[in-house]
Amino acid sequence: MQNNFLEISEIIFLTLKVSGTALLISVVFGISLGFFVALRTFPGKKILVTAINTGMGLPPVVVGLLVMIFLWRSGPLGFFEWIYTPIAMVIAQTILATPIIAGLTLATIQSVPQKMIWQARALGARGWDLVWLLVRETKLSLLAAVMAGFGGIISEVGAVMMVGGNIKGETRVMTTAIVLEAQKGNINFAIILGVFLLALSFSVNLGLTLIQQKVRKS
Amino acid sequence: MKRFLAWLLLVLFLFSAPLLAASKSIILATTTSTVDSGLLDVLIPIFEKQTGYKVLTIGVGSGMAMAMGKRGEADVLLVHSPKAEEALVAGGFGINRRAVMHNDFVLLGPLDDPAGVKSLNGAKAAFGKIASGGVFFISRGDKSGTHAKELSVWPAKTVLSNLWYLESGQGMGATLMIASQKKAYTLSDRATYLSFKDKVKLVILSEGDTALLNPYHVIEVNPAKFTKVNAEGARAFSDFIVSPAIQKVIAEFGKEQFGGSLFFPDAK
Repeated sequence: MQNNFLEISEIIFLTLKVSGTALLISVVFGISLGFFVALRTFPGKKILVTAINTGMGLPPVVVGLLVMIFLWRSGPLGFFEWIYTPIAMVIAQTILATPIIAGLTLATIQSVPQKMIWQARALGARGWDLVWLLVRETKLSLLAAVMAGFGGIISEVGAVMMVGGNIKGETRVMTTAIVLEAQKGNINFAIILGVFLLALSFSVNLGLTLIQQKVRKS
Repeated sequence: MKRFLAWLLLVLFLFSAPLLAASKSIILATTTSTVDSGLLDVLIPIFEKQTGYKVLTIGVGSGMAMAMGKRGEADVLLVHSPKAEEALVAGGFGINRRAVMHNDFVLLGPLDDPAGVKSLNGAKAAFGKIASGGVFFISRGDKSGTHAKELSVWPAKTVLSNLWYLESGQGMGATLMIASQKKAYTLSDRATYLSFKDKVKLVILSEGDTALLNPYHVIEVNPAKFTKVNAEGARAFSDFIVSPAIQKVIAEFGKEQFGGSLFFPDAK
């Protein structure tokens, strides 16, 4: 039991580390990309928007396969020696979460009344000022985008299994541990891990929701 | 905004620094049976303590493990698919193939044995009866050592029709669970079966045939072919697993929990 407890806490820590890092990177890339596409006009914009929308539903195993091929020793990025490390998992999860956050950000910003943007511009808001104004106006939806991105990666198993290898203490996270324990027939341990995963997901979302609702009041 | 970015960079740095430090590592590609049975959970910590290497154990089927060896994606292999292993060494992808241990395969099925194979002599006869018996057989179907063995046991001209022959495409443990749930027959290595005995409703219906022997070999991936292979680490692991002390650990493994050895040492 003592051992199980140690193992679970190790797995939870690693899950938070991997998905947390991936979420941070995705938030930066996703929100920037969403803003850029929403506010600028450029040739091929419709194609890019379509690509982002497609990316929101990327099959995780395909992402896992591609990341694996790239990171393999014989692959183009093999010299980094990232395959079967948490870095590989962060990369895969970032690729999965960025389009989700970008797509929802894009939709959010595009649904801001155009009149408001004109007005802000007329009053002299430029560049970062305008972005900052829009962030403040759309905080609620942007946080929802972050939550959706988090939900997409914390629950993902196929890609992290492929690029991480499910190595005990190294790349074994909640989802891959559940798959392994269920395969080993340790259903009880798998269920315990499942409960912990749900609790983890709930508490992270609770945190984000509290921020969101606090924002709403102020 | 600037403060936020500074924090972000700090957090990223803290997370990534320890990840980049582990350079003295080897990739061990091996079969699901050595992982699922828990043997490597015992051996790897001893090896890491003795040598300071970090072992990245990738538990896949023998087929995938050898494919990784063929591409130089692993440093050392611990596998059980003799014919494919010989081809790998002959092709110059692997060197220094050494016998590590063996156990044997057993034919498993439901307790009431609807196909009636228990009284038959020899594995081939039992498999022949299953092919004509109107029962399900679950194959690994993943080019693993177990899958290769199973394909070699079917009598010539057996048609593996998908009406009764189902491929799980998963590891040994998962396949046992499926066979148990579907009241089907399946072929398993003895080690994995013994460690699953309490969790599945399957009994041994055919065993002891020499055709069902299951030898494991360790193979180092040829560093002359792939410059990125950690040859020193691979040799260290290979020497470690055939050393007398570790062979003894292998022989003792599982005795306490299962009342008998799961693997029998083979190194000379």
